[in-house]
Amino acid sequence: MLKDFRLEWRQRAALNGMLLYVGSTVFVCYLSFSLRGGIPPAPAWNALFWIILLFSAVNAVAKGFLQESRGRMLYYYTLVRPQAVILAKIAYNALLLLGLALAGLGLYLLILGNPVQNVPLFVGNVALGALGFASTLTLVSGIAAKATNSNTLMAVLGFPLMIPMLLLLIKVSKNALDGLEFEASQSSLLTLVALNMIVAAVSYLLFPFLWRS
Amino acid sequence: MKKNWWKALTVVLLLYTGVAGLLVPVPRLAILNETIRNLYFHVPMWFGMTFILIASVYYSIRYLRNPTPELDIQSYESARIGILMGVVGLATGSIWARYTWGTWWTNDPKLNGAAIAMLIYGAYLVLRSSFTDEQQRARISAIYNIFAFATAMPLFYILPRLTDSLHPGAGGNPAFAKYDLDDAMRAVFYPAVIGWTLLAFWLAQVASRISLLKLKVYEKQLA
Repeated sequence: MLKDFRLEWRQRAALNGMLLYVGSTVFVCYLSFSLRGGIPPAPAWNALFWIILLFSAVNAVAKGFLQESRGRMLYYYTLVRPQAVILAKIAYNALLLLGLALAGLGLYLLILGNPVQNVPLFVGNVALGALGFASTLTLVSGIAAKATNSNTLMAVLGFPLMIPMLLLLIKVSKNALDGLEFEASQSSLLTLVALNMIVAAVSYLLFPFLWRS
Repeated sequence: MKKNWWKALTVVLLLYTGVAGLLVPVPRLAILNETIRNLYFHVPMWFGMTFILIASVYYSIRYLRNPTPELDIQSYESARIGILMGVVGLATGSIWARYTWGTWWTNDPKLNGAAIAMLIYGAYLVLRSSFTDEQQRARISAIYNIFAFATAMPLFYILPRLTDSLHPGAGGNPAFAKYDLDDAMRAVFYPAVIGWTLLAFWLAQVASRISLLKLKVYEKQLA
């Protein structure tokens, strides 16, 4: 599994592209808000941040399976168990999204102001979100890669599946923005963790069947 | 007749639901008034949808263990009937909301959750239509079906319970499970749930039979 992870890591050309993607999106947002004198109000700030994260996550993870050549897939197939592949992919995507999200958050805070009152909660929430996006989108991108019009399919399949997670994430980050105490968002966070675990477990169980083709 | 008793039962139960649901007296509750009768039509849709989707997932799991076109068709047709029940559920709820809340749609966790779950299953239909190879289509849509079920059910049964909602049964609004469902209503509601659920299974069975026959005709033409 470690070996597989390293294989993933070697083709990290996508990473720089994605960083640039997030960076330029944030900058475009900054420019469009600066027309009306700088910082957007807190709800807009929150919504914008999660939309940026959502789109960059879909783009980043979609590359994972779509860029794989048939030959390399076959090569993995002879080397490792499918469970190891999906775990490695999820781990890699989680790290990738975590890096992207934190870098994006840093830039976002820098140029669009910082209305967050409970920063540790907000950052923890972003990290949970990155993990959740990774585990949902990895299987979806595996499914989409098999179909003919995979890029459209990635969005069509991915967005509805991510909405439950996104709703919870936005709620918790709103709590963090308003500086509510931890108890207010505890149950949402627990549900989020449970949802992540369900999705990851289902991916783990289903991926071997997907892999056989 | 011995095998088909449940179909007769469906007809009897639904006739009973239609007649008794509209005629039997209901408790007078503020705001709800006579619209409480929607309980016999709207709520059983979601029960039926859940059961038929569970059946669909069951067929999908069996397909992954033992791939046969029959199981694929059964899983697909069950999911389609589940989507139909969900859409009818949304429609009956929307009409009810128009006369109770004064609007077709509000920004409510239960409503949004149901709508998103329907989107998830809409994606299932799109996914199915984007494959040309039949075996691959069957396997991958079975995988997605299981995955979709695991993410859609929290939308119905977990997330709305975490927040307040306008919907009956949440935030102190009257619902069927609590104080306001008297015995007369129970006597109609439970048969209604069973009747609509059986109807969903009946529809799925007929639909899969038609698809199977089409498949057989097609294979004969090829041979």
